[in-house]
Amino acid sequence: MTRDAIRDLILEIIEDIDEDADFDTLQADKPLRDQLDLDSMDFLDIVMELRKRHKLQIPEEDYPELATLDSCVNYLEPLLADA
Amino acid sequence: MPVSFSQADDKYDVIVIGSGLGGLTSANRLAYCGYRVLLLEYHSQLGGLATWFKRNGHIFDVSLHGFPYGMVKTCKKYWNKEIMNSIVQLKDIVFDNPQFHLKTTFDRIDFTQKLNKQFKIPQSTIDAFFTRVAGMNFYDDQSMTTRELFEEFFPGRSDVHRLLMEPISYANGSTLDDPAITYGIVFSNFMNKGVFTFEGGTDKLIGMMTTELENNGVTICTNAKVERIVVDKGVVRGIECQGRMIEAGAVVSNSGITNTIHNLTDQDAFSSEFMEKANKIRVNNSSCQVYMGVKKEDTIDDIGDLLFTSTVAEFDSTELRDFKTGSKTFSVYYPKTRPGHDRYTIVASMNSNYSDWEKFTEEEYKKEKEDLIQRTLIDLDRYFPNARERMDWIEAATPRTFNRYTLHTQGTSFGTKFEGLDVSRSIFKEVNGLFHVGSVGIIMSGWLGAINYGVIVSNDVDAYMRSKD
Repeated sequence: MTRDAIRDLILEIIEDIDEDADFDTLQADKPLRDQLDLDSMDFLDIVMELRKRHKLQIPEEDYPELATLDSCVNYLEPLLADA
Repeated sequence: MPVSFSQADDKYDVIVIGSGLGGLTSANRLAYCGYRVLLLEYHSQLGGLATWFKRNGHIFDVSLHGFPYGMVKTCKKYWNKEIMNSIVQLKDIVFDNPQFHLKTTFDRIDFTQKLNKQFKIPQSTIDAFFTRVAGMNFYDDQSMTTRELFEEFFPGRSDVHRLLMEPISYANGSTLDDPAITYGIVFSNFMNKGVFTFEGGTDKLIGMMTTELENNGVTICTNAKVERIVVDKGVVRGIECQGRMIEAGAVVSNSGITNTIHNLTDQDAFSSEFMEKANKIRVNNSSCQVYMGVKKEDTIDDIGDLLFTSTVAEFDSTELRDFKTGSKTFSVYYPKTRPGHDRYTIVASMNSNYSDWEKFTEEEYKKEKEDLIQRTLIDLDRYFPNARERMDWIEAATPRTFNRYTLHTQGTSFGTKFEGLDVSRSIFKEVNGLFHVGSVGIIMSGWLGAINYGVIVSNDVDAYMRSKD
């Protein structure tokens, strides 16, 4: 998967969680949590959705890697290289 | 509709034991993840403590007293929009005790105003307190108690401590001596937007959840008491129920954590280190309730939705659980609670210790229940005069009642103290494929806590199941 495709995947998952999420002003290097109305349960949903769609196992200690859109892409890029 | 246990297959991907809100939610999430799920409930009705019963034309809700706004998002994401759309606000929360009287919407804006105007607390102190509790989370230091937190911000102000603590003690059985973070997390959830309820009542909610589970392919059996969780060489193999073994790749126990470890699973499945931790789990207190149904021709004026009342001079966590406590909540159910059902009911709730009730003979027990009803009616008279003669149904429940219907250790109505959470969360590392969901650790308690914990545990189950593939 390309970096752009991973980015779109994350945004698509977030949109499923919160259909009112506003991505227009989203800064990729700032915490998603502060910009969108996301709580810790929402991040768990992202983890579960990635496992469901791409059989990705993200261990709990790696959850902080999902903090910003950029860090998501950086973390997932090697894991989704063949997807 | 739930089916008879005899119709269950011999093998499922996942078996969920118990249908409290945590068990129901785990079953639903795991079905959503694509697993074949069997849900087994010992009682004839689903819901665990999220339950109701019918008497003389009345429907009494046992634990529908008010939950935080977070329930809206949680129901939308993990159940469906129809369930979410039935959530409505309870706007009139009343406090009445020798220290103060007030009516509030129980949210940060109104609490800030009350603390400032009525209790004369400086705005900067109030803001600092709210900022502190809102920032608390599960990973923080647990050494500070709620008492210490209150003393730091409101030293010597037992009236403020009462305002802040009393509702939370009724919500989850916690006391001033429990970790401050458990207080901060739960209190902040409520302060977000106030207190909410489910329009249509518990029966409607559980009915809607049952339909959703069935639509998602979950097999549900009631009157099916699991006798044993079968473990072989450190791995879960399934369960035994009514003399029959059902195989499963994972078992999620929504039986209490203490029950799961001590009564359902072979003790030699656990290491001595784990058992040492498990033996230290303290369960929370139980409850007493008095259910009162108003005569058909009579009505209740608008006296508030949820009344925190006490005749005791100062707030004291121990007094709240006393056998003859002068502190109780009254949940008032107007016809708006169940549109179309035109009756008024009141449920009085008190915190209570199982040990105070277990010793009675049947005859003494009957008399003590009648005395409990009498004490409750005297207190209710202040808000609803001549209460006894205006009711056509009055009935009491005690810790023994809670124990009988839920099988919870000592009839606990709020799960365990903080240490129960770690044991619950780590049990699958001890026995592969065995998970626990249910009220633990104070924060994973109440309707919202139980549902969210059901989701958290489903994620663990899904990760485990996929790691086996």
